[in-house]
Amino acid sequence: MSTNASLPRWMDLLLLPLMNLALAMAVASAVVWAIGLEPGPVIGLLFKGAWGSASGISYTLYYTTTFVFTGLAVAVAFHAGLFNIGGEGQAAMGGLGTGLVALAALQWMPGLPATILVPAMVLGAMLFGAAWAAVPGALQAWRGSHVVITTIMFNFLAAALMGYLLVEVLKEPGTMDLQSRAFEPAARMPGVHECLLALGVDWPATPLNLTAVLAVLAIAAAWWLLWKSRSGYDLRASGHAPAAAQYAGIDPRRQVMLAMLVSGAFAGLVGVNEIAGVHQRLLPDFVAGAGFAGIAVSLIGRNHPLGIALASLLFGTLYQGGAELAFEVPGFSRDMVFTLQGLIVLFAGALSTVLVGPLARLHRRWSSGAAQGVWP
Amino acid sequence: MTACAVRMRGIHKRFGAVHANRGVNLTVAAGSVHGIVGENGAGKSTLMSILYGFYQADEGSIEVDGREVRIRDSREAMAAGVGMVHQHFMLVDTMSALDNMLLGAEPTWRLHSARAELRRRLCALMEQTGLQVRLDVAVEDLPVGERQRLEILKALVRGAKVLILDEPTAVLTPDETTALFAALRGLRERGTTLLLITHKLKEIMSLCDRVTVMRAGEVVLEREIAQTNIDDLAQAMVGRRVATGRRAAATDDGPRGTAHRPMPAGGPHREDAAVGATEVTPGPLMKAEGLRWLDPLGVPRLDGVSLVLRPGEIVGVAGVSGNGQTELLDVLSGLKVPTEGRLSVDGEGFSPALWITPARARELRVAHVPEDRLHRALVLPFAAWESAVLGYQQQQRFGRWAWMRRSAMRAATAEMMDLYDVRPRNPDLRSSKFSGGNQQKLVLAREAQAGPRVMLVGQPTRGVDIGAIEFIHARLRAHRDAGGAVLVVSSELDEILAISDRVIVMNAGRVAGELPIEDCHEAALGRLMGGAVH
Repeated sequence: MSTNASLPRWMDLLLLPLMNLALAMAVASAVVWAIGLEPGPVIGLLFKGAWGSASGISYTLYYTTTFVFTGLAVAVAFHAGLFNIGGEGQAAMGGLGTGLVALAALQWMPGLPATILVPAMVLGAMLFGAAWAAVPGALQAWRGSHVVITTIMFNFLAAALMGYLLVEVLKEPGTMDLQSRAFEPAARMPGVHECLLALGVDWPATPLNLTAVLAVLAIAAAWWLLWKSRSGYDLRASGHAPAAAQYAGIDPRRQVMLAMLVSGAFAGLVGVNEIAGVHQRLLPDFVAGAGFAGIAVSLIGRNHPLGIALASLLFGTLYQGGAELAFEVPGFSRDMVFTLQGLIVLFAGALSTVLVGPLARLHRRWSSGAAQGVWP
Repeated sequence: MTACAVRMRGIHKRFGAVHANRGVNLTVAAGSVHGIVGENGAGKSTLMSILYGFYQADEGSIEVDGREVRIRDSREAMAAGVGMVHQHFMLVDTMSALDNMLLGAEPTWRLHSARAELRRRLCALMEQTGLQVRLDVAVEDLPVGERQRLEILKALVRGAKVLILDEPTAVLTPDETTALFAALRGLRERGTTLLLITHKLKEIMSLCDRVTVMRAGEVVLEREIAQTNIDDLAQAMVGRRVATGRRAAATDDGPRGTAHRPMPAGGPHREDAAVGATEVTPGPLMKAEGLRWLDPLGVPRLDGVSLVLRPGEIVGVAGVSGNGQTELLDVLSGLKVPTEGRLSVDGEGFSPALWITPARARELRVAHVPEDRLHRALVLPFAAWESAVLGYQQQQRFGRWAWMRRSAMRAATAEMMDLYDVRPRNPDLRSSKFSGGNQQKLVLAREAQAGPRVMLVGQPTRGVDIGAIEFIHARLRAHRDAGGAVLVVSSELDEILAISDRVIVMNAGRVAGELPIEDCHEAALGRLMGGAVH
């Protein structure tokens, strides 16, 4: 986790991101005002659309789930000193893995129960995502090919591969649509509304499904891996101080591979959310930019699982709120949401350290003032 | 009286508590070659950095060519006609030699005409000085000697009348050194004034007209070369030293007081042991033969080093830093693999095909306290308890299966902090927040607590306060008294003399000589360190 040593911890992890967020919102409001709309009501409508109804909340959480996975993917690699920006491709491959398991079962072993199919699909997602990240990882570890370059290339390769498979191999016979056959009813992640219904609670039908629980588990797992496990120690040491890691007997190549495999596995879980949870068939481009949003989520979340959880919620809010706004407000297109996201990334990512200097000075003055009894 | 190219008067420079230059006076005659000699920390690099504008003196004045000047940065230095050729070249590997010369001194934005103009001037200069450099070849494809000529030309083409050369032969082969000296003599004929910073006494004697010897921030000797010799210079460089070593250890109250030693009084290196000694000389704990290591440029940093470490001794490695000491520790601890050589630790042999690794070294109970405390010995963003298990994190007591036993690690850290008086006693505090002395104590605690037999220690007290220095030395002696061996590399000769049983002097990647502590006199050490005796 990148930290600013000049600031106390609470300022670094809480105040700074909030201030960066506030700045982003301020600039976004200026843009909204510039296009002739009132910023206040617009922002209000955004939050209401995201959190103001059961349906809205569900959609928000459904988006959040995807962002958690792609955010964790970037974060884990980051702790090992790698910038994995291949989340888009790894997530797509995760979806492929999910789909292949389901389609294989449909083809050769129909009738398997959900208790076998669903975990198998989850495993398939993780394996394929990990495998897709493994090649760039190996190239970095053994050949020094920079992960930033190779993972971007692999994003394109993933899209091309998916397209090819869906057109030539997995296409549903009898239609012109670019999609695979529908999975068996057992090969799906149950929706949250169904589970709540079974408990007697009335809840609108939305794409939100039990993968959200997986997301929570993923957060916990990432936290445990990074700070509680021996692997995590080696990973972080490698990322912080390669020379010290070598001194400690840690094999840098192993760490790179491990980081990329885990990272890819996390990204692959997006496939479970989308393919197993929502569509129940393979589709192209279901990731829809979530891989890249994951980079922003990880940056804002300071590469910490808890921060990522919060940042994912923020981005989920923006996505759902933005959709509502585009629906409700004439003159407001979805692109405004991307503008806002971009501004957040700008202030919380690229410009995140701009405020560190002034904040640190302020803090020094406060603390020395308090020591001298000047401030109450 | 010949004109004065450079005159520095009353230069004082402090870095915090360190008084790097104490009232230094330097007079350099125009068109001469003036040598500046001294060990590490003597203040010669600081003085030259002040002349070149990297630092500003706290007090004192600088005159160049009879005019008083204020040199606030290297640009002003160059404007005053002072150029510098650094020990570590400041070149862009992927650009051509010509482009490197243009870098930072582009006269206009029209690079094409600027290049042509520069090329013309350089060709003329190369003709005049005889320093040839292929202008259109990428720097990474040029041999070291040629890169150095490039650096010299870079300074000359910017109008340098005074050229400072910082340890110029550190990276050169003997042939290249000869070529360089010929070129430098040629420059002197042209009227360029040369300032040579070095610790190699032979070079001073062969090339310079006048020499200034510095020690502990002061000028201790200034003389015409014709009126001095290597021995005088060596003695002046090293000064009056008292070899405390074993004598001090025998009388001081170490952690075991004047406790019993498992070794006979004659010491393990006296194989012709005195009458009554029945113990057999114990086998070596570590034995290295013919170690050779080439750096990425192909320069041999270790050139056939052999040494033996026996139980119950502290071996000090003396020498001006940059003569292979760092590489020696790296090779012995497994961080670097030598091109040639053999190593034997506790009966297990290693050759370059399958060299020892840091992990294996620890298994064989070889501990390493690295020279680079900040980047190798610790992970600065880690908490103290995390840094305190660096290298030992895979041990049984610290975890089971995949789980890290944090409580065990913290407990071990707390114990280390207690035993070695690390302050503050907070295992959760970030490693970077500890002072240098406390960081070093923590690292030492970590390595010592692992129960090693051999300790490889690099610069144990660099940047450490006085109290901690005594403590660390006492700990090293305690390790020796318990039958272990310590190899200490230090650029502080005082430290080497204070704790060693025998001293190895390294020069140019070789062992220049080895002396038992009783024979470590200033003259002998100075000669060895200055490379006078091979």
